[in-house]
Amino acid sequence: MSIRLLLGDEALAQAALDAGVSGCYAYPGTPSTEIMEYFQSSPEAARRNVQRSWSSNEKVAMEEALGMSYAGKRSLVCMKHVGLNVAADAFVNSAITGSHGGLLVAVADDPSMHSSQNEQDSRFYAQFAMLPCLEPSSQQEAYDMVSYAFELSESQRVPVLFRLTTRLSHSRANVRLSREKSPERELSEPEDARRFILLPGIARQNYARLCDQQADFAAASASSPFNCYIDADDKRYGIICCGLAYNYVQEAFAEQCPYPLLKVCQYPLPQAELQKLFKECEQIMVVEEGMPFIEQQLRGPLANPRIKGRLSGDLPRVGELNPRLLSQAFKLPLAQIAPESELLRQRPPRLCDGCPHTNTYEALNEARQQFPQAKVFGDIGCYTLGALPPHKAIASCLDMGASISMAKGAADAGLQQAIAVIGDSTFTHSGMTGLLDAVWQDSPITVIIVDNDTTGMTGGQDSMGSGGRLDDICKGIGVNPEQLKVIVPLPKNHRENVQTITEALAHQGLSVIIARRECVQTLRKKVKRA
Amino acid sequence: MKNDIVLAGVGGQGILTIAAIVAQAAVSRGLNVKQSEVHGMAQRGGSVSAHLRLSSAAIQSDLIPAGSADVVLGMELMEALRQAPCLGPQGVLIANAVSICNIEQYPEEEALLAELRRAPRHLIIDAESLAKQAGSARAANMVLLGALANCLDLDQELLSDSMAKFFASKGEQVQQTNLAAFRAGAACRASA
Repeated sequence: MSIRLLLGDEALAQAALDAGVSGCYAYPGTPSTEIMEYFQSSPEAARRNVQRSWSSNEKVAMEEALGMSYAGKRSLVCMKHVGLNVAADAFVNSAITGSHGGLLVAVADDPSMHSSQNEQDSRFYAQFAMLPCLEPSSQQEAYDMVSYAFELSESQRVPVLFRLTTRLSHSRANVRLSREKSPERELSEPEDARRFILLPGIARQNYARLCDQQADFAAASASSPFNCYIDADDKRYGIICCGLAYNYVQEAFAEQCPYPLLKVCQYPLPQAELQKLFKECEQIMVVEEGMPFIEQQLRGPLANPRIKGRLSGDLPRVGELNPRLLSQAFKLPLAQIAPESELLRQRPPRLCDGCPHTNTYEALNEARQQFPQAKVFGDIGCYTLGALPPHKAIASCLDMGASISMAKGAADAGLQQAIAVIGDSTFTHSGMTGLLDAVWQDSPITVIIVDNDTTGMTGGQDSMGSGGRLDDICKGIGVNPEQLKVIVPLPKNHRENVQTITEALAHQGLSVIIARRECVQTLRKKVKRA
Repeated sequence: MKNDIVLAGVGGQGILTIAAIVAQAAVSRGLNVKQSEVHGMAQRGGSVSAHLRLSSAAIQSDLIPAGSADVVLGMELMEALRQAPCLGPQGVLIANAVSICNIEQYPEEEALLAELRRAPRHLIIDAESLAKQAGSARAANMVLLGALANCLDLDQELLSDSMAKFFASKGEQVQQTNLAAFRAGAACRASA
């Protein structure tokens, strides 16, 4: 038996390897990125030739994973919470087709938005798609749950959502690895293979079956080794702890919680234990990382006053939990904390020294001065930091790919000099379809693809546009080659770059500028390796 | 035994290297470890912190409860001050005497130092100078690791071995410099 120090993400990945997974599919996104990176650096995954290349986006990744499952093998797809929005069409419908080889959909939520634009809670998606959901409370549990989750997926013939949150994904702990290794599966035909054809007539049957299966999912939760009821004498409170929240409660009570406690790590909620807690305890405190998913259901539209948690105000409505918040909620003695010093200043993240985006923004800011109405629609990546001083260059940041589509919409409304700034990886993720729309109407927008040849924000993963392929992709989409320019964002090219951008802004149709220079971080890594 | 350590700095300063060396040393002694890190956008030159917990008993929370840390190790003055409220009453504040002024209106260094010195037990250390004396300014983090070693219930030898393993591929010269830097840090004592 070996013990290793692993991130929650890594524990999940190693467990999937030990469970005989044949493929991992993902698009990078904090805090989920390290799952795929573990596969890519694992000698075992290399020896077995486990599929482990990045996908263009989360929807593609989800479909690839479902394809592998259809073919009878175990597969894993990983994404951050907002990635599940991108994959939602495939995810929700995969509940209707069902799966064949075990299929885990690992989604890492980011409460407190450390590196995200919202704190949506993926448990809502599991409920919406009517699928079982697992939520480990520790790195060890993340490891132990994976083989169980594959078995659950195979016995119920549905994908299983595996929910992580930042503090588990990005925290290391000792993890005891299993000695047993499951072999990879052979190719096999799904039973009742027609269920994968979602024609309405078949989909209706599938949906009815999925509805019937809900009782089986509930029974699986009721007998799950990961849900447990820990009784105690003081019935003034009953506590429901979801996933990681269990640790904060145990920490606050120094592992001597005086109240009955229901630890929930598998959904749907275990009903009998929930009823027992309700029957025996005066008030129910729901402690969950993320949104008040369980609390809202229990509280109901009539705001049942027995239910306490984030909605009642006993815990904060937004942000991550921590042990102190639990101590406050249960009115336990609090450690003295010195007030924050008045000397402190915020230190937000910033573009690296020597970053090519800095030179692009400097040239863009100068060029746009001649066009007082100009607006820059931003996108998701390091270059979103262009919103902050000194550049203050962008007007919006919504989701992956929105820069181009929003610029087109604004131009449709008559806004002159609508500009999109989008990274190479974000462009191949979700920007290309927006550009296709702009090509179709020859919309008067300027698209600047800041091509640093990598997915920079998440630490430098290859993208589908890596290796200077964007020119051909743009031409293939139909961008007029005369209106497609490449600039090299360096201080010495500043004048020339301002000129190129100015001409593009003045053009009365679609123009695309590829600002191409390698990310300084990936360049540094390459130099180090050489 | 139980040691709760908050590491603070500016993205890119190497707090995760220090955390990894300590964590690995603890694991090799059979201790439980939880080490919460910061990845993603926060790493780009902004404030970063990591929580490192070592214990002979099971560890529950990945985060150290506020006001109970045994050590705050700040690799930069303002970031040390930002995390100072994490300290418990007996806790030690270690701060590297360096300012990274990558923002507007960075506070006066003297004012920062004055506030840091208010911590009952503090150690403000010019890690870069000590590292230079040890052979290379690049070993400044190993000076801080040495200073941290004083505050932990781990053998210093265990920690310096873990450090050596971490840099095993870097050659004899780097190893010697790191060890000298580590010892220079370990020779610094916090105000009592």
